[in-house]
Amino acid sequence: MLKGRVHKYGADVNTDAIIPARYLNVSEPAQLTRHCMEDIDRDFVKKVKAGDIIVATTNFGCGSSREHAPLAIKASGVSCIIAQSFARIFFRNAINIGLPLLECAEAVANTGAGDILEIDLSGGKIKNLTKNMSFTATPYPDFMAELISAGGLIEFTRKRLASRRHQSEV
Amino acid sequence: MTLAEKILSAHANQKQVMPGEFITVRVDLILANDITAPIAIREFGQLGLERVFDPQKIVFVPDHFTPAKDIASAEQVKLTQQFAREQGTGYFELGQMGIEHVLLPELGMVLPGDVVIGADSHTCTGGALGAFATGMGSTDIAAAMATGDIWMKVPPTLKFVYRGNIKKWVGGKDLILYTIGDIGVDGALYSAMEFSGPVIDRLSMDGRFTMANMAIEAGAKAGLFPVDAKTIDYVKPRARRAYKVYQPDNDAEYARVMEYDAAKIEPQVSLPHSPANAKPVSQVGDIKIDQVLIGSCTNGRLEDLRIAAGIIKGSKIHPGIRCIIIPGSQQVYLDALKEGLMEIFVSAGAVVTTPTCGPCLGGHMGVLADGECCLATTNRNFVGRMGSPESEVYLANPAVAAASAITGKITSPEEIIK
Repeated sequence: MLKGRVHKYGADVNTDAIIPARYLNVSEPAQLTRHCMEDIDRDFVKKVKAGDIIVATTNFGCGSSREHAPLAIKASGVSCIIAQSFARIFFRNAINIGLPLLECAEAVANTGAGDILEIDLSGGKIKNLTKNMSFTATPYPDFMAELISAGGLIEFTRKRLASRRHQSEV
Repeated sequence: MTLAEKILSAHANQKQVMPGEFITVRVDLILANDITAPIAIREFGQLGLERVFDPQKIVFVPDHFTPAKDIASAEQVKLTQQFAREQGTGYFELGQMGIEHVLLPELGMVLPGDVVIGADSHTCTGGALGAFATGMGSTDIAAAMATGDIWMKVPPTLKFVYRGNIKKWVGGKDLILYTIGDIGVDGALYSAMEFSGPVIDRLSMDGRFTMANMAIEAGAKAGLFPVDAKTIDYVKPRARRAYKVYQPDNDAEYARVMEYDAAKIEPQVSLPHSPANAKPVSQVGDIKIDQVLIGSCTNGRLEDLRIAAGIIKGSKIHPGIRCIIIPGSQQVYLDALKEGLMEIFVSAGAVVTTPTCGPCLGGHMGVLADGECCLATTNRNFVGRMGSPESEVYLANPAVAAASAITGKITSPEEIIK
């Protein structure tokens, strides 16, 4: 169960806003996160607390393929991002590195900055404790659920490689 | 099946694929750059493998912060170079290097029918050659370097048909900016774009690269052009391995078909801070600028430099304007030099740099200060994209950029070349 305070944003939050390219001469999450959301919300780094939740409208994470973006958000302590929709590469990247994402237009529409949410990832259940409302996110397709439960793409690939080795030995 | 579905089904060893289906596809080329490779290499290390699946199918192009702009960037490049050497993968050192999406097609490393994945969002540029080329993250690249394949969700295809007579000074850049202006930055989210029609048939390869390049700016997974005689002419002298041409079926199912009359499309300018804020140049108004950038994976090819030089020839860059020209590869640089284009630029008061992504993403070689305004032939104009969060970027084609460099404000090429 995740619980945290909401940071709310609008549409098309792009990867240049999440982590400006001027900081991409390093790739350690701890270094990147110092500039997380800098060009859209200068105080984000000061405000964010472990467990917090980002809520945004459409096309969150559009732009570059930089994995630095979800890495910076994850390292900031954010436990989950809820949006109406995500840009495709950002979506892959977040799932691959184990940063939970949920698509739920209803939750986005009924959640404001500072609200406290409680999230049960396994069922996609979102509770807005401030407003006393409940929502259900779009369920993940089976394949994605498998990838998530494996712990991300590296763990998933490790298993695939092991099963290939097993097959070639048999 | 659509062109995207044909290529994906062949690479998944399936007779057919359906939009929404999850598949595992073989990849023909994997690429990463100096920003994304270090994370891919770190994640590959987590897998505990000694060797990549096939070094011939992996290539690193250090093009973003090179020539290394600072010590930290130099370390990233060095790490990438060392991994490439150890594994025997492709690596392009300064002198051979170009902007990855200009360089790899030019060298015949992206071919029709390929599945190409790159840790760079503009990997979709390869779609101009009838390949399924798509951007991903570093961890995806790490997994593919280990297994030679990658998971994908089959995208629905949106078809874009362009008819009518194209106006003077209108090119691939204007068609794609107009299209993004029409459908929005998420208008093709999760989808493949397929471009066709008489205007596309007549469009040069360089123009097609520009269009495919910006498919991501509409949220698309890929932007594909069916292969024709022009594609084959481009590919034949370059290819060093076999390739297969796929064509969309006549009864292919498209999620949506959009038709445009090119005769109604003027040169476009996308206003800050979104590529979708596209307007005809005649309606932009009086916008003074501080810098003009002609180059990038979008418009750094020979045709782009020819168009710009044709307008700048015999004029001077406006005093107070920094006009930066970046050829997309060493070959483009050399060809432009032999044609005399570089002399035109330099004698007009522009600067010509080595190939690099540099200023496009606010890296180096032309970063903007507070309150400055740049007209660029690049692909993104988000807040802070080229430097200060208080700066502004306008996107346009090389003709508009060249005309604006002469007048110091956003200008239609018609005002310079009567």
